[in-house]
Amino acid sequence: MSVATEKRTGEHWSDRYAGLLAVGFTTLVIFALVVWPGIWRSAGSSVQKPGVGLPADAATLAGERGLTSDDIYAALKTYMPTGQLDPYIMIASGGQSGQMLVIGIPSMRILRLIAVFTPEPWQGYGFGGEGDKVLKAGFVNDKQPLTWGDTHHPGLSETKGEYDGQFVFINDKANARIAVIDLRDFETKQIIKTPNAINDHGGTFVTPNTEYVVEGPQYAAPIGYGYAPLDQYKDKYRGLITFWAFDRVQGRIDPARSFQIELPPYWQDLCDAGKGVSEGWAFCNSFNTELATGGIELGNPPFEAGTTKNDTDFLHIFNWKKAEEVFKAGKVEKIGGIAVIRLQTAIDEGILYFTPEPKSPHGADVTPGGEYVVVGGKLDPHVTIYSYQKIQDALKAGGFDKDAYGVPIIPLDKTMEAQVELGLGPLHTVYDDKGYAYTSLFLDSAVARWALGGPYASKHPEPGWTLVQKLPVHYNIGHIAAAEGDTASPDGQYVVALNKWSIDRFANVGPLLPQNFQLVDIAKTGDQMKLLYDMPIGMAEPHYAQIIKADKLKAFEVYPEVGWDPGKMAVDPKAVTAPENARVERKGNTVEVWMTVVRSHFTPERVEINKGDHVIWHLTNLERTRDATHGFALSGYNINLSLEPGENQTIEFDATQSGVFTYYCTEFCSALHLEMVGYFLVKP
Amino acid sequence: MKTGWTLDRDVQVVLPDGSTHSLTDYLVPSALLMLAALLLISSIFLPYWSLTLKAPQYPKGLKVSVYVNHLDGDVREVDALNHYLGMPPLDEGGRLERSMSMVAIVALGLLLVAGVFVHNQWAAILALPVVAFPLIFLADLGLILYRYGHSIDPKSALGGAIQPFTPPLFGEGKIGQFGSVARPELGLGLAFAAVIVVLMGLWYHRAAYKPLVDARKRVRNLAAVQQVA
Ligand SMILES: [Cu+2]
Repeated sequence: MSVATEKRTGEHWSDRYAGLLAVGFTTLVIFALVVWPGIWRSAGSSVQKPGVGLPADAATLAGERGLTSDDIYAALKTYMPTGQLDPYIMIASGGQSGQMLVIGIPSMRILRLIAVFTPEPWQGYGFGGEGDKVLKAGFVNDKQPLTWGDTHHPGLSETKGEYDGQFVFINDKANARIAVIDLRDFETKQIIKTPNAINDHGGTFVTPNTEYVVEGPQYAAPIGYGYAPLDQYKDKYRGLITFWAFDRVQGRIDPARSFQIELPPYWQDLCDAGKGVSEGWAFCNSFNTELATGGIELGNPPFEAGTTKNDTDFLHIFNWKKAEEVFKAGKVEKIGGIAVIRLQTAIDEGILYFTPEPKSPHGADVTPGGEYVVVGGKLDPHVTIYSYQKIQDALKAGGFDKDAYGVPIIPLDKTMEAQVELGLGPLHTVYDDKGYAYTSLFLDSAVARWALGGPYASKHPEPGWTLVQKLPVHYNIGHIAAAEGDTASPDGQYVVALNKWSIDRFANVGPLLPQNFQLVDIAKTGDQMKLLYDMPIGMAEPHYAQIIKADKLKAFEVYPEVGWDPGKMAVDPKAVTAPENARVERKGNTVEVWMTVVRSHFTPERVEINKGDHVIWHLTNLERTRDATHGFALSGYNINLSLEPGENQTIEFDATQSGVFTYYCTEFCSALHLEMVGYFLVKP
Repeated sequence: MKTGWTLDRDVQVVLPDGSTHSLTDYLVPSALLMLAALLLISSIFLPYWSLTLKAPQYPKGLKVSVYVNHLDGDVREVDALNHYLGMPPLDEGGRLERSMSMVAIVALGLLLVAGVFVHNQWAAILALPVVAFPLIFLADLGLILYRYGHSIDPKSALGGAIQPFTPPLFGEGKIGQFGSVARPELGLGLAFAAVIVVLMGLWYHRAAYKPLVDARKRVRNLAAVQQVA
């Protein structure tokens, strides 16, 4: 009996239940071992190994095209296979295009334009949106709109003398203005008209921590747009250097914390900030100590002769830390709404000194450690190297002659470290990581590599202060840019020659020729510089450019949130973030539109108003996908916006014309892009 | 019952019929059931399933990851594309399930813990829902996918041109220019691992507690026989 019971219980427990467990377990193990990895396995791809297998027809191809081994080297150095990204980004001015250019190095591919002083429809800049306000803030006065500028010298923001990739500044030589571009979206955020000045040139350059964005003058004029005849040039005309205080958090220049320094009317030219040992100082060259006022038609020497008569001009030496103290102490005069340190105050307080520089020089470029300032001779075959230490020693000793305005002049033999003969027309100098300097030779059409002395002498095999190599470029090189070449730690690798003339380098496209950016390989020491690539610039006339390591730039891929106002760099509280909230509201004669924009429709698609209504129109791009940009063009009203993913823009206008108009998406955003349209009906 | 491995030979469990067992025999199933509960609860924080869409203009692909309680990844973009086909927003499928999932999984975990304290075959009943859970998840997902492919709005831009279809639960498919890959993710792996551990746990649970139940019966039967006698 007990045995039978036990048997039945045992059957109930063990046999069927255990069998079931075993089957379940085995199934799962099989699933885990076989099915799971099968599902996970991704399709393998055939990958070509780099550096292996030059194709058999490579030599044939080179032969057919007549390519030398140097050409092949250059091709391999610069060719960028699809999808590969450039390690450096060059930000170039655009000259009288009023824009800036962003270019990949070494591929020399144009990545984008940045609209700055000139309305530019692709970016929707100056056609109804935020850009209108930025441009308007830079007008000389309300009556005179300015719709172009002459951009010269980009200045990337710096931290401890190194590019930090946050902002870039640029000047407008034509109207003495300065612009702030935020490198999170590469858009112009602020344009400021410089008070008291009608043109500028020696900017923008930044102090080592971007405390100030400095804008040097060019052609002297009566301060504050006053009038004075040219025979009062010596007494009434002045130069002005502006120290714009930069508020990094706001991303804006703060005029209330900025100041100017009055200068003699010597046509100050290019400037640079001291760094390292010379932090707190700034240097500008000048080229009209003759005080020439032109008048070729009156039998006077023309400016080109009048300004080049003297054997020397003056390198201006500024103690900007001292100037900042003087400004904070209130020893200033408010002129044209800004604090100005008058010339006499600058002299009395030890802010301004001169030292002679050879005949009509150009450039004032501080070495990476801040020990020297290099000035190009322009009409003199030398570069002159000034020692910061010698300047300081001389200042301690004192006892200087003064110029006609009372500014102390430190004799050249007390400040000069060396002169190096490079060739004809030395202009600008940049640096590398191997103790070499690179100077553009305008008249020789060449890049000169020369060896720095002092603490740099141990970095290269050549003796200090000697010419190493002259590389012909095509043609008439103006500025020169090197990878991080004006920072505290240049990278070497590449130099770009910014040639003013291209003559025969490109196919003839008519009498207005492109400029020629030539990429130069400077990776090897000695006389091993090699020309790598010619890049035509057919939409601008760049002056200076800066080359930053690409990984320092941390731009948005899309705007961080839907409804983003790029002006405030925050979500616009007025933005509609869902199509359900899109609407049209009328209050009296004001019609306010809240519109959402997404592939491939606007919501709403009909806006009906009356002639004479005032229209406020908010548009929000709801997209979160990279490159899903939409345009908004309103026919007949000169309105065109670029709405990048997440971006919000507000336009405001009076409906002055009745009729039927359309608004449509100007970006080819999707297969149904042509269908992305709406009707704007204005009743008579 | 003798097992090869024991924590301490001197610590023994004495059953009602006087037979002895190693303590480890009872610790192992408890530990396994607890581990299964832990695996299951951990799976909440990991995706169960994903759908990757590939098209030339999406070099990184578009990936939607399905968690038991939310969707993650390129949901917005997939919805933006789906609107051309007239497919409902992804978020509309499985709303009820997602809202209940946290409570359900915690409850399943608690059932497993309860199983530790039930010393007979009923422990298997408590553990059974856990075994079924990943299978129910997949069945439900299959149903949701079927509904997506069969809810095409004919008034949408391309809705009229698309035949109703069922996106595959696993493996590759094709929708317009998009190639799709549906695959299980780590969360589902953990849920299945929990199932394996539960089955192992029940195996040892049976090995440990069957002798106990049998011993109890033997003692009861003996008493009955004695009474009858
Ligand atoms: Cu569009």
